[in-house]
Amino acid sequence: MMPPIERSFAVPAAQRATRLRVALWLLALAALVAASFLTLDLQWRAFASAQALQAMARFVGEFFPLYTDADFLLRVAQGAWETFAMSALGTLLAAVLGLLLALPASRMHPSDPARARAPTRLLLNVLRSIPDLVWAALLLISAGLGPFAGTLALALHTTGVLGRLFAEAIENAPPGPGDALRAQGIGKARVFAWAALPQVLPQLLSYTLYRWEINIRAAAVLGIVGAGGLGQLLVFHMGLFHMDKTATILAAMLALVALVDTLSYGLRRRLG
Amino acid sequence: MATPKPTQAALRDPAWLPRLAWIVLGLVLLWPLLQATEFRPWVLLQPDNLRVSAHFLGSFMPPVVEAEFLVMVARETWRTVAIATAGMALALLLAVPLALASTRVLSISALSGRMARAPFWLRQLLRWLLILLRSVPELVWALLFVRVVGLGPTAGVLAIALTYAGMLGKVYAEILESGDTHASQTLLRNGSSRLQAFFYALLPGNAGELSSYTVYRWECAIRSSVVLGFVGAGGLGQQLIVSMRMFEGGEVATMLIVFVLLVALADRVSAALRRAIA
Repeated sequence: MMPPIERSFAVPAAQRATRLRVALWLLALAALVAASFLTLDLQWRAFASAQALQAMARFVGEFFPLYTDADFLLRVAQGAWETFAMSALGTLLAAVLGLLLALPASRMHPSDPARARAPTRLLLNVLRSIPDLVWAALLLISAGLGPFAGTLALALHTTGVLGRLFAEAIENAPPGPGDALRAQGIGKARVFAWAALPQVLPQLLSYTLYRWEINIRAAAVLGIVGAGGLGQLLVFHMGLFHMDKTATILAAMLALVALVDTLSYGLRRRLG
Repeated sequence: MATPKPTQAALRDPAWLPRLAWIVLGLVLLWPLLQATEFRPWVLLQPDNLRVSAHFLGSFMPPVVEAEFLVMVARETWRTVAIATAGMALALLLAVPLALASTRVLSISALSGRMARAPFWLRQLLRWLLILLRSVPELVWALLFVRVVGLGPTAGVLAIALTYAGMLGKVYAEILESGDTHASQTLLRNGSSRLQAFFYALLPGNAGELSSYTVYRWECAIRSSVVLGFVGAGGLGQQLIVSMRMFEGGEVATMLIVFVLLVALADRVSAALRRAIA
């Protein structure tokens, strides 16, 4: 006697449960998306109106040809150099501060009480969760307009990011060499400098270079809140509707980002 | 017998000369950077600046907790989330077709050796479009759109949509190319259409990774949508910059706390979702 054949085509119970869960998640997501579109007073009509489309077309048309007056190019080059310096110095400061904070934020060996671990990690989390642009806007008040505020803003945000990554790297380093030195009665600082640090240094450098690639992008736009570099030029000329100059500055931004990516990629490949 | 003490010479770092040289070189390179960034930390300690900073920081305490203000913050926080979500939805609409059209695995001519010239250049063109979309920072897109549609969330939604379409499109194409392509190739060889090959071979194999990356990007979009408010694209950021300009420290403090909590919440939700998917 054969069993009824349609039973073997039924979806297994476990799979049915998964399908139900996925369907519920998708439904919740769809509700979130629908609620977002409905509650925002989006002006699609204004965006799709003939007038707006004309303005858009005029903007894009005025982008070309790029403005290439020698004086202006010099100013753009200065802005690009300022942006580059902000990103490099901000990342460097963050690497140093991040390493200093990563030490109390990591448990060096299983019997390390690491009392400062939780509070230091909280500090790193706060530094990290405030974006660099918000830091810049806050720092403008005490550091004034210009690249200094931008550099500090990048340094603070990146310290939070790198400190956390460095602490993870230090905690995950193989414990052997450190244990060997500790067994000889060698002090904490020297154990770190000669056992943990050499093992994690390539990783720390690679994290730092990776953050530098992100920070050059951030530094390019920090000027929009007044923190120096290309962004400040951009927002100035865009405000005056000098679209050809805006296009030149944008091109400089893209070129600068590509340059730093190439540099960092080369350095990281040499690190192995 | 006592163990022989290591002599001074043995304790000296054998690599001290190269180390010193690198440090000196580093300091020499550092100098122009310090000049270019007008790095003058003592400016922070000048009496005038110190007074302004101390006053501003002092006004952070206590954070403003009036009911009316909190309602406004709650509304703007929702708008921030909504801008990110709507932007992501539009970005998906743009990114999915671009990814499908630009990925190599769905090429029929590439099944037998090299891809033909026309589809190759079409894919290359779409890739360049994706690069362009994501290389212009979202803040710059927002500035542009604010000029066209005026202040408000529309500019923020559009800015997120364009930048994130560029990122998602590129990463989706890469995920599809990096996974196992045996099933999709077999389907294509046997005459199924590209869409069939996608839905029955590529999507089931990569759905976890694709959705997990999308959720992660949604979390990033929430963070950037706050910042977009700085140029007038609505949400929490716009209120934050207004309060900062008015030196209303208490309001700034409340909004910063709400913002940190929002980021932490998005982080948790995103991590939980990604675990559920995996």
